[in-house]
Amino acid sequence: MSAAAHAAALNMPHILLEKTDHLSDTIFKYQLGKHIMATPSQLVLRSDVGFDAGTRENTLEMWQSAVDTAGVNIRYNSEVTAITGAKGDFKLTLGDGTEILAENVIMAIGTQGNPNRMREPGGDLPFIQYQLDDPKAHFDKNIIVIGGGDAGIENALGLCADADQGNRVTLLQRAPDFPRAKDANVKALLSARDQGRMDVMTSTSTVKVEPGWITVSVNDGEERLRCDRIIARIGSAPPRRFVEGCGIEFSSPDREAFPVLSSQFEATTEGIYVIGALAGYPLIKHCMNQGYDVIEFINGNDELKPADEVLFVEKFKKLPNPNDVSGWLNTFRESISIFNPLSELQIREFMLDSDVKMFRPGQKIFERNDIGTSLFTISKGSVEVEVDPNDPSKTVRIEQGSIFGEIGLISGRRRGATIRAAESCILVEVPRSAARKLMSTVPAVKTEIDKIATERSLLQIFGSGLTPADVNDVLQTAEIMSLKSGDVLINEGETSRDIFIIRYGSMVVEKLIGGKPVFLNYLPAGSYVGEIALLDNGQRTATVKAAIKSEIIKLNGDLFEALLNRNERLKAKLEDKFRERRNLNAHIEAQKASFNSVVDLNSSVANFLVEQGLGEATDALLIDETMCVGCDNCERACADSHEGISRLDREAGVSFANIHVPTSCRHCEHPHCMSDCPPDAIRRAPHGEVYINDSCIGCGNCQRNCPYGVIQMEKVPPRKPNLLNWLLFGTGPGPGQPDAEWIKGKASSDKAAAPKKAVKCDMCMGIDGGPACVRACPTGAAVRVSPEQYLTAAKAKD
Amino acid sequence: MASRSTASGPRSQQNFMSHRGYLYFKIAFALCLLAVIAYFASDPTPVANGGTVVGYALGTISLLIIVWLSFLGVRKRLMTSGKWSLRGWTSAHVYLGLSLIILATLHTGFQFGWNIHTLAYVLMMLVILSGAWGLYAYLSLPIKMAQNRDSMTEQEMLVELDALDKNLGKAALPLRKEWVDIVEMTIRQSKIGGSILSRFRRNPSSCGTAKGLAAFKRIQTNLSDKDVDLVADVVAILERKKAILYRIRSHIRYRALLEVWLSIHIPVTFALILALVAHVFSVFYYW
Repeated sequence: MSAAAHAAALNMPHILLEKTDHLSDTIFKYQLGKHIMATPSQLVLRSDVGFDAGTRENTLEMWQSAVDTAGVNIRYNSEVTAITGAKGDFKLTLGDGTEILAENVIMAIGTQGNPNRMREPGGDLPFIQYQLDDPKAHFDKNIIVIGGGDAGIENALGLCADADQGNRVTLLQRAPDFPRAKDANVKALLSARDQGRMDVMTSTSTVKVEPGWITVSVNDGEERLRCDRIIARIGSAPPRRFVEGCGIEFSSPDREAFPVLSSQFEATTEGIYVIGALAGYPLIKHCMNQGYDVIEFINGNDELKPADEVLFVEKFKKLPNPNDVSGWLNTFRESISIFNPLSELQIREFMLDSDVKMFRPGQKIFERNDIGTSLFTISKGSVEVEVDPNDPSKTVRIEQGSIFGEIGLISGRRRGATIRAAESCILVEVPRSAARKLMSTVPAVKTEIDKIATERSLLQIFGSGLTPADVNDVLQTAEIMSLKSGDVLINEGETSRDIFIIRYGSMVVEKLIGGKPVFLNYLPAGSYVGEIALLDNGQRTATVKAAIKSEIIKLNGDLFEALLNRNERLKAKLEDKFRERRNLNAHIEAQKASFNSVVDLNSSVANFLVEQGLGEATDALLIDETMCVGCDNCERACADSHEGISRLDREAGVSFANIHVPTSCRHCEHPHCMSDCPPDAIRRAPHGEVYINDSCIGCGNCQRNCPYGVIQMEKVPPRKPNLLNWLLFGTGPGPGQPDAEWIKGKASSDKAAAPKKAVKCDMCMGIDGGPACVRACPTGAAVRVSPEQYLTAAKAKD
Repeated sequence: MASRSTASGPRSQQNFMSHRGYLYFKIAFALCLLAVIAYFASDPTPVANGGTVVGYALGTISLLIIVWLSFLGVRKRLMTSGKWSLRGWTSAHVYLGLSLIILATLHTGFQFGWNIHTLAYVLMMLVILSGAWGLYAYLSLPIKMAQNRDSMTEQEMLVELDALDKNLGKAALPLRKEWVDIVEMTIRQSKIGGSILSRFRRNPSSCGTAKGLAAFKRIQTNLSDKDVDLVADVVAILERKKAILYRIRSHIRYRALLEVWLSIHIPVTFALILALVAHVFSVFYYW
């Protein structure tokens, strides 16, 4: 549409073929009133058709009128069934047999093909539909949703979202689980089922449909269910067959692969241009810009820079010659080893999220114990790592082309060492989300980063002047293991000599005393365990298990021992640690008769806190119940310090031994909430705060992904009169989160209601004085702690 | 590595009494000591009173302290940024408030009478006494309240009560009419909260559940076979309901105990400030 509008503006002969009788079918099929975002916000729109954030209806209306005024030549109800010929002489065959000749073809068909239809007997009955326009239009019905993909789940949830509609919704899924749906959707579905809002039947397939009834086959026979309406979301035919039929090649046989394109979006068949979701760009703004650009390319304008060019010029403005964007992009691609496998379009997209930084010789890039999860790559120059915190002169050099900061990226822990520029450097800083996306789309990048990270963590943890050559053979056999929460890594009493490095997550160490496990220690990511058995007799002296989902590097004990024998300093260092740990063990063994309930209590408190997720917390709010008077001033302070919504629930949450863990963000090392945020609005601030920025679209994924239930979806309440007005004249709801009644009364007098957004604790980031909940506690019951402080704060040996 | 015990909990955490190593206790104590020394070292003529140098000094200091203490109410509700901590304010409030017992008493020079001056003094002592009771409540009740709550929220308790009422309704269906009436009475008459006094009662005599339970226990002694199980069900639910009611009422009671002293402390503070205005005005007017 954007392409056609631009062609019309250039008086280029064109025809816009629409499969249906309206424009923009994908958006047309959105649920009524759906809010459409205009991301990425920094990208300028370059199209003859306008676009801005708004509702589905506004957007469609705006486009229709733009297309009308531009004089676009549209042919509706024209589905293309085949494209034959070559550049300059294409023949497009339509569904009704009409043939259209074209010099160039722009394919912007998206990935929403024809929906698959039900093939069972009765599958053509009129109460079966393949899309859901408005879930609010269905009342008091028995509705069967078939298909456990994202579309089916979202429809089913929409239909049972409002209990007042009185729909009885059942979702049928052929497989025993939901492998095709987004994790967040599956969680939402299962929680809706658990709350009794809907039924979910897995391993269930349809046998036949009759008016008002559906017969399904389940594991133990057939069942006949009442239904007034069937919504079948059983996938859509991939357009791949059609696209490949046009001679276009895909980058891989993978189901989600995209066509191979030139930097001008030209496919392997010359003269066919692929843009939009089919080209791998699902965002509307990108698609519209690409439509414009492709018309320019066809018009012979090879000089046209992509719309994001200005963003790159801005990004590169400190570099010499910032206008040579493609030159710089190529330099980065060629000079940085992990970028080598990327295509021109890939590096462009990827660099948009990254930052280019220049450093003078000696300038600090980051400091030990800084919080940071981004990955740095060296395009020019080299950097020095201060390996010994006590002696800054001891450094290890990282050369041009390599990367650093990968340990923070993987473990989520603070930076392990200070790094300075050794000479003038040009670095590319890749934020965590972009780096993870890169690692998941290009497997070679992941392997490379993992290899470097393992080597570095080995060198960093053991120190002692080890060089990469020393650890090479140990590294060759190193194995990365994943553990679930509660999985045992080492069993007390077993014989084995391997050494383990915790790369991600954390572990708890326990020892059996009188048949009861006693909590000994908490090991955060970046520590190692297993050396006692190696240096002693091979017998494990304590049990080590995962506190949360963790990743472990396993090093072969024999090879490691050989390494120790080659390196006296390392051996001495390990033996020191070993003595310290063994003394502790011996101490406990000797004292076990006199162990009393205090130790019991301490280890059960520690276990309780680990169970409550403190193992993955970086900063959690705890309340001492012996001091809490229940005044809820913490909640009021929270609401008043932010936009009027309390981000913590004091009373909710569990307690043990008078320690209460309220419902409040723990700022996890690897925040679950960050894992599926479409606009990437959840970020980690330099001091470790996990916060949500203004680009939140209110999708609710983070709320569903948070295992601790600390994220709410809320509208920002209207402004309250100030405190003095309330104190003197009683106007407004007073301190704290206003009650629903007041908001309702106030909001009806205000104009349009704001959309709901995700709200969570940001540790009062940017507020002088720190977290308001702690400052506002009148008795000192509320404290914020990190697990290292809390769980490993060893009391003096008695 | 870890020593024998590792979880050092908030047990070592400071509360508002021990804030910053009892800083405000030390300040208040020093202030009192200074006042006592000044009082006995000076040689007032003709007798000790509020008009001597020491008397004025004590009066001025006490007045400033009272005005400052009353600003705790504003501080608590005004979430401005900055390095203040409400725990510190509470700590200072407690110790400086208690120090007024000595400072203001010395300021009177032990001259009492039926006048506005002594009224101000009496009001102040009332505020301090109610505050002392509040201090006792703040130090002793939280732990009891937490134990009673046992990780349940108030909302959860009410939901459970509601669920039990629904179960009661179902269990009562097969019963005879007169028994159903008793069940209905237990649902209707098991009030929680309400008037100030009823908020302090954990076992109110008017509780329908207690009465109903007693009634069914009497009924249980003489039952036909077919009714035994039915009534046993109702009794079991009523027992659970009685337990949760006790928990809810205890919760309400603790909350009330933690708040009730404020209904003396705050209004009397306002009265005190008015009385102090009159006291200061009259002293200077009739000088």
